[in-house]
Amino acid sequence: MIKIRETNHMEYMDGMEQLDHTLMNKVLKMTEEYDYSRYTAVDVRNVLNTDSIDTDDFAVLLSPAAQPMLEKMAQKAKLETAKHFGNTVCMFTPLYIANYCENYCVYCGFNCANKIHRGKLTMEEIEAEYKTIAATGLREILLLTGESKTASPVEYIADAVRLAKKYFSTIGIEVYPMNSDEYAMIKEAGADFVSVYQETYNPVKYEEVHLRGPKRIFPYRFNAQERALMGGMRGVAFGSLLGLSDFRKDAYAAGLHAFFIQQKYPWAEISYSLPRLRPYINNAENNPNDVHETQLLQVMLAYRLFMPYAGITISTRERAGFRDNVVGLAATKISAGVKVGIGGHGDNEQKGDEQFEISDPRSVDEVRNSLFEKGLQPVFTDYVRV
Amino acid sequence: MNNDKLVIGGHEFNSRFILGSGKFSMDMTKAVIENAGVEMATIAVRRADSGSSDSIIDYIPEGITLLPNTSGARTAEEALKIARLARELGCGDFVKVEVIRDTKYLLPDNYETVKATEILAKDGFIVMPYMYPDLNAARALENAGAAAVMPLASPIGSNKGLATKDFIKILVDEIDLPVIVDAGIGRPSQACEAMEMGCAAVMANTAIATAGNVALMASAFKSAIEAGRAAYLAGMGRVLEHRAEASSPLTGFLED
Repeated sequence: MIKIRETNHMEYMDGMEQLDHTLMNKVLKMTEEYDYSRYTAVDVRNVLNTDSIDTDDFAVLLSPAAQPMLEKMAQKAKLETAKHFGNTVCMFTPLYIANYCENYCVYCGFNCANKIHRGKLTMEEIEAEYKTIAATGLREILLLTGESKTASPVEYIADAVRLAKKYFSTIGIEVYPMNSDEYAMIKEAGADFVSVYQETYNPVKYEEVHLRGPKRIFPYRFNAQERALMGGMRGVAFGSLLGLSDFRKDAYAAGLHAFFIQQKYPWAEISYSLPRLRPYINNAENNPNDVHETQLLQVMLAYRLFMPYAGITISTRERAGFRDNVVGLAATKISAGVKVGIGGHGDNEQKGDEQFEISDPRSVDEVRNSLFEKGLQPVFTDYVRV
Repeated sequence: MNNDKLVIGGHEFNSRFILGSGKFSMDMTKAVIENAGVEMATIAVRRADSGSSDSIIDYIPEGITLLPNTSGARTAEEALKIARLARELGCGDFVKVEVIRDTKYLLPDNYETVKATEILAKDGFIVMPYMYPDLNAARALENAGAAAVMPLASPIGSNKGLATKDFIKILVDEIDLPVIVDAGIGRPSQACEAMEMGCAAVMANTAIATAGNVALMASAFKSAIEAGRAAYLAGMGRVLEHRAEASSPLTGFLED
C-alpha cells in the first residue's frame, strides 16, 4: 500500500537546492489575480492593434473574449513568426531511454502505482537507437526518462548524453529536475537544453494530483529552469499540462514564468511546449476547462504574440493536420519519426511501455516533405556546440 | 559608377548588397542571389554542418563570397571557436562577428565583439563585426583591425528601418572603414536611404524572406541600393523648405 500525500508540497526535501522565491511568488500572485472574464472584444482589438505585447496584453489574448478573434490573432502571429524565424522549422526526435518513475501523478501512465512494463536501455542499446535516428538525417535529439533518480541517475543520463555527441549537434534532456551542479554535469557531457513542465501552476491543484515523490515539491520543480541556466544550460523550455487545471490561468503562468526568466537571464533561449489533456469524446457536458484544438491554438498564438522570439514546439500528441498548419504560423520546431516506448526505433526492440499514444506517426522523411510542400525550410542543424 | 567598387579587406566587390541567408528556403537562395546581383552572402555556421543533408553551403552558387557568421556566440571566446570552425569548413577568411547575449532583442554586445575582432584580425581573418552604432565601439573596432563595421538599423527581423539613423551617420562621418548597415531594414526605400547617406553597403534578409514574391523583392532591393549609391555619389542637392528664405531678409537692417 502506497502511503500518499505524506509531505508538505511547498517544503523542500533533503538534498534539494533552494533558490529565492521572489520570481515564483510574482508569477503565482499575478496568476491568482488574473481574471480573464473581465476582458471584452474591444480590449482584444486594442491589443491586436499594438506593436509590443506586455503581460497585461498577453492576459487579454488568453481570455475567452479573444477566442472569436482567432483568425486575426493568427494573421498577426504568422507575420511575427516570419520576422523572427523566416520560414525555417527545426526538426528533432525524442528518445525515451527509461521509464522508471518515483512519482505518483494521478493523470500519468508512467506513475509509480501503475503496473506497466518498466525498462531502461543500456548504453549499447542507446547507441543502436542513436544510429537508427541519425540515419534519418536528424541532428537534434531530446533524451527522456521517467522521473527516477534511483533507476536513472545523473551519471546514467550524462553517459547517454556523451554518447549522443557522436551523432547529434543538439542535445536536450527532459528528465527529473536536478540541482544546478547536476545540470552542470549534464552540460559538461554535451547537453545544452532542458525541458521541465510545471503541469499546473495552481499550488492547490498541484498538491491534489502529485501525491508522492520528489515531483510533489512545487517550488523545486518551479525553479528547475533557473537551476539549469545556473548550471550553464543555454536554453530552457516551459509548459503546463493544459486541461489539468484552469488552462487559461496555467497558460498565463507558464508564459509569465518564461518571460521573467528571460528578463533575469537575457541570454537564455526560451521555448514553449503545449501538452494537453484531451477532452473526453462524446462528453455532452461542455466543460469550460476543456482544451480542444481551438483553445490549444489560442494559447499557441498568444505565446507567439507575447514572446515572438521564443521557440514553440509541436509534439506528435497532436494530429498531422493540426501540426502541419501550426508550423510557420506559430510553431517553430516539430518532432518526427517518434516512438514513445523505451527504445524501439528501426529494428531495435522496445524495452518498456509508452507514457501516451501519439497521433502523428509519420517518419522524418514524411514530415520533412510536408514542410517542403508548404514552402517551409526544414532545419536539421541549428546549433554549434562551443 | 563603373569604377565604384566596394573594398573590404583588400577584396573588391561590384555589388553593395550583402544577402543574409538564414530565413528563406534554401532552394530559393540561387534565384535570390541572381536577382539581387549579390556577390557576398552570409551563412550561419551553426546551420552549415557538413554531415547534415541540408547544408546552406551547397545552395550558394560558385563565385559568391561566403560571409560566415558567428550567430549563437554569447562571448568573444565562443565567437572565436565558431569562426575557426567556419575556416575548417572551407568558408574562407571572411567572418561576420556576431556576439549576442540577449535572446529578446538580439542586440549585439559591443564589448565582447571588440575582443573577438582583435583576436580574429590578428589570426588573419577579414573581420566584419555586427555592432550597435556607438562611435567609441566603432573606433575600438577600427583599432582592433576590423575590415568594416556593421551597425544595426533596428533590431534583427524587426523590419523597422533606420531607427538608429543619426548614429549611423556619425559612424559614416568619423570611421574610415566601410559602414555596412545590417539588420532591421524592412523595405527597399530604407536601404536606399542608408546608401544616400553614405553607407558603403546594406545587408538584408528578413525583408526579402518575408516578401510575397521573394525573387522580385530581391531585385527591388538591388535597384534601391544602386539608386541610393548613385545619389550619394552625385552629391545630394540643397533641399529648400517652403518659406525658408524670407522675402524680407532678417539682416536687411545692416548699413555697411
